[in-house]
Amino acid sequence: MYEVQPMRIMKKNVRVIFVLMIILALLTACNPETAPGRTEGSDDFLNQSRGSCVSGYAGQPTNATTKPQQLTVMTHDSFSVSRDLIIAFETANNATITFIKSGDTGSALNRLILTSATSEQPEADVFYGIDNTFLSRALDHQLFDPYQPATLKKIPEVFKLDQHFNVVPINYADVCINYDKAWFDEHDLPIPQTLNDLINPIYKGLLVIENPATSSPGLCFLMATIAELKEDTARNFWISLKENDVVIASDWETAYYTHFSGSSGKGHCPMVVSYATSPAAEWIYAETQLDESPTGSIVEPGMVWRQIECAGILKNTPNRALAELFIDFLLSKAFQEDIPLQMFVYPVLPEAALPPEFELLTQAHDSYNTMNPSEIAENRDRWVNDWTEWMLD
Amino acid sequence: MSDSKRSKLNIFLLWLIPISFMLLFFCRPLLAIIRIVFSSRFSQGWAFFSWSQLTRPLFFSFQQAFLSTCLTLLVGLPAAFLFARYDFPARKMLRAFSLIPFILPTVVVAAAFNTLIGPRGWINLLLMHLFNLSTPPLSILNKLPAILLAHVFYNTSIVIRIVGQRLERLNPNLIEAAYVLHASPFQAWRSVALPLLIPSIGGAAMLAFLFNFTSFGVVLMLGGPGYATLEVAIYKQVFDRFNLPMAGVLAIVQLLVTWLIAIVQNRVGYTRFGNNSMAQVSPFRHRPKGRLEKTFVIMMCILLVLLFVMPLLSLTARSFVTLDAARGERGNVKTGFTFRYYTELFRNRRDSIFYAGPLAAIQHSLLYSFITMIIATVIGLLASYAIADSRKRFSRIIESLFMLPLGAGSVILGLGFLLTFNHAPWTSGSFPIILPIAHALIALPFVVRTMLPAIKSIPQNLRDAASVMGASPWRVRREVDFPILTRALMVSLAFCFTISLGEFGASGFLANASTPTVPIAIFRYLSQPGALNYGQALAMSTLLMITSVAGSFFIEHLRLPGKTGSPTSMKHLTGK
Repeated sequence: MYEVQPMRIMKKNVRVIFVLMIILALLTACNPETAPGRTEGSDDFLNQSRGSCVSGYAGQPTNATTKPQQLTVMTHDSFSVSRDLIIAFETANNATITFIKSGDTGSALNRLILTSATSEQPEADVFYGIDNTFLSRALDHQLFDPYQPATLKKIPEVFKLDQHFNVVPINYADVCINYDKAWFDEHDLPIPQTLNDLINPIYKGLLVIENPATSSPGLCFLMATIAELKEDTARNFWISLKENDVVIASDWETAYYTHFSGSSGKGHCPMVVSYATSPAAEWIYAETQLDESPTGSIVEPGMVWRQIECAGILKNTPNRALAELFIDFLLSKAFQEDIPLQMFVYPVLPEAALPPEFELLTQAHDSYNTMNPSEIAENRDRWVNDWTEWMLD
Repeated sequence: MSDSKRSKLNIFLLWLIPISFMLLFFCRPLLAIIRIVFSSRFSQGWAFFSWSQLTRPLFFSFQQAFLSTCLTLLVGLPAAFLFARYDFPARKMLRAFSLIPFILPTVVVAAAFNTLIGPRGWINLLLMHLFNLSTPPLSILNKLPAILLAHVFYNTSIVIRIVGQRLERLNPNLIEAAYVLHASPFQAWRSVALPLLIPSIGGAAMLAFLFNFTSFGVVLMLGGPGYATLEVAIYKQVFDRFNLPMAGVLAIVQLLVTWLIAIVQNRVGYTRFGNNSMAQVSPFRHRPKGRLEKTFVIMMCILLVLLFVMPLLSLTARSFVTLDAARGERGNVKTGFTFRYYTELFRNRRDSIFYAGPLAAIQHSLLYSFITMIIATVIGLLASYAIADSRKRFSRIIESLFMLPLGAGSVILGLGFLLTFNHAPWTSGSFPIILPIAHALIALPFVVRTMLPAIKSIPQNLRDAASVMGASPWRVRREVDFPILTRALMVSLAFCFTISLGEFGASGFLANASTPTVPIAIFRYLSQPGALNYGQALAMSTLLMITSVAGSFFIEHLRLPGKTGSPTSMKHLTGK
């Protein structure tokens, strides 16, 4: 019994220390919330939590060591580039590039804002593919760090969407409706010439579009209808389109490769919201040599939206120097000339030559809709919300 | 005096870790959800709020849950009767198959039904081949029937388990007594058996309703863009519409409804009849006699094979067959048997959707499950000891606290975690510890429900005897408690493993592109066009299915020294 007594006291002490340690650990765990500067100001958690991590980068020097430096590029699912070009960039800069494809532009952007804009280290170093319709959301959330590459001088002013150079333009394209020529011939239907033709019951269930909440071509098409028809009429147009059994896919890849009958996926809708340049892709990659593309684009006035895609360096990246090199690379003549046949969109660099088949095949058109960036920024969320209520809810 | 003081301190210590864990990782995220709703409410009014965005998913949740539950009972009750009353060849195998859905991850089920009823599924391929059609004739994918079908697939096993167990043990003397009193068979069933079965039927129905109501993965993957339960609506508000406060409102409504259902379920499930209504053993099965019984057995067997075996076989088979071109692949496609989808899993393509390819997703998932096992088991063990050691009323309140994550659902946890742990130190470092913690919270109720009965079963006199013979408290735990608990411990470890491996809701919020889990990878591949992506999704689903089934087989057949009787039975199944 006598030996037990001191043991017990010691054990008690151990327990008290243990309790104190746990309390201490808990307090430190909760600390960030009670720290000054975090609870003050806006209650929006995105703004609130950024305060603690702005000091993340201080322009770390990029040592030219033997070990290649990692660069992560987040982009949309449709991104594509020639392998040789990337390898050339990697060897020239002793780097390894990883591309993360994160869905269509809208969902990729939202996820990025929610999951990594607030952390000390963003999920990627560079984001490629943000377009004029989604840009203001990224700017509102201060996703990017400005960078002004030297090449930017050569780019026409009309492409420069952000005067602070948070993002730089890389390519542009015209969003419009593609149709399956064979299907229309076979069924002896006229090609729709205006937006209002689409609500004609003869086209019931023939069109597949993308959800503008998640997909940038989908949002572009919504913008095109609003720019063309103005808000009130656009609402009626969309409701009639829904009654006409329009098919809604969540991203361009699914719409084009699963639902569209003119693609390799051989879906069952002969019309899809895609790009004016997509028919060139169908022709170039056709199984057999064709006289003309199996698909066509409807580029009538009022049915086309000019989309400009940009890239930017994400805030707090530890690889700032390499990221800058990569942006330079995106604007280089080599990459710009690679764009048309890889992603079937136009390069922004005027001196980049277009491949001959590309120039021959894309239907000439000069009228397209676009909108003031501030008007887009002001109304986009409301329009998308309204659209969702009309079409999905 | 000092002894009771010491034991009080002991209990306090035992409580401290699990309770702090719950406060930090469960209550704080919930508070964060409430806060984001009300802070936005004060700063911008109800601008973010839309009635239709609340009422539509709420109504749909109720509607599909009601329909699914009715259909589940329609299939499940005869199936329970079949297994409880009849002996027939392959009974054991069919029963085992009917219990598999319970442990299958939702992504696997969604992928399996996609291979069966999807536009490129077996049924459509068969119909197209038979009738020479150019388009798939059956289009129920992305429509309500697909959701209902998957829910029936999932929940029928609950009815079979819960009602079947009652039915098996229903004392036949009672029915015979009714016959003796000149009751017709129908009368005997209606006035003797049915009242005894009603509580279990009600309990199973409520449980199925609760699962259907909170269904996430199935609705997201099989329902398409037009259908959303509350959980799916929360996810879409966050990632599609970027409307966090509205997601918060939906989360609060969902919490209130599920807890309400859980309370009702508790009331229904625990109505007791005297013990003598239940026999101790279950030898009352017989071979089907007469044409009526035989037809019933055969019809039920066909139905169950179609419902349970077909989707799983179809998934496995489809993962070995090339039928159409990969995305961007043109020219002649070689169709037929292939291992390509499996070998592709181990290739790291530069243009893959993910940072490091499917193999990395498998590694991440295994690592997360391992950490989840440790966290959930340690916390769960401490909590169970604490519940077992403290006074009854207090312990009952606390026990229900540990059951709360069940009602919260993984999507709400994911949202809360996203709002709470989005800054250093949680996000610092390349390793996301947050995801295993979320998985541990989801697994915790199961661990507690497995451990608690085992701990309560340890006879106090064994411990006393050990203490009297001079064993220190630690030695008592090690040499008396531990051997008795081994089996329960292994079971809860296996539970944590399968839960973490298949978890989809919270992972959808928290896993980022550089650290995907297997279910997230399957979801992404499945939604990509092209046969290669589709095939890879199916290959991963098949692997995940095999792992999950192996895990549960391990539970069922584990023979360890310790508490006899299967802890996988009723008790904590009623909790899932």
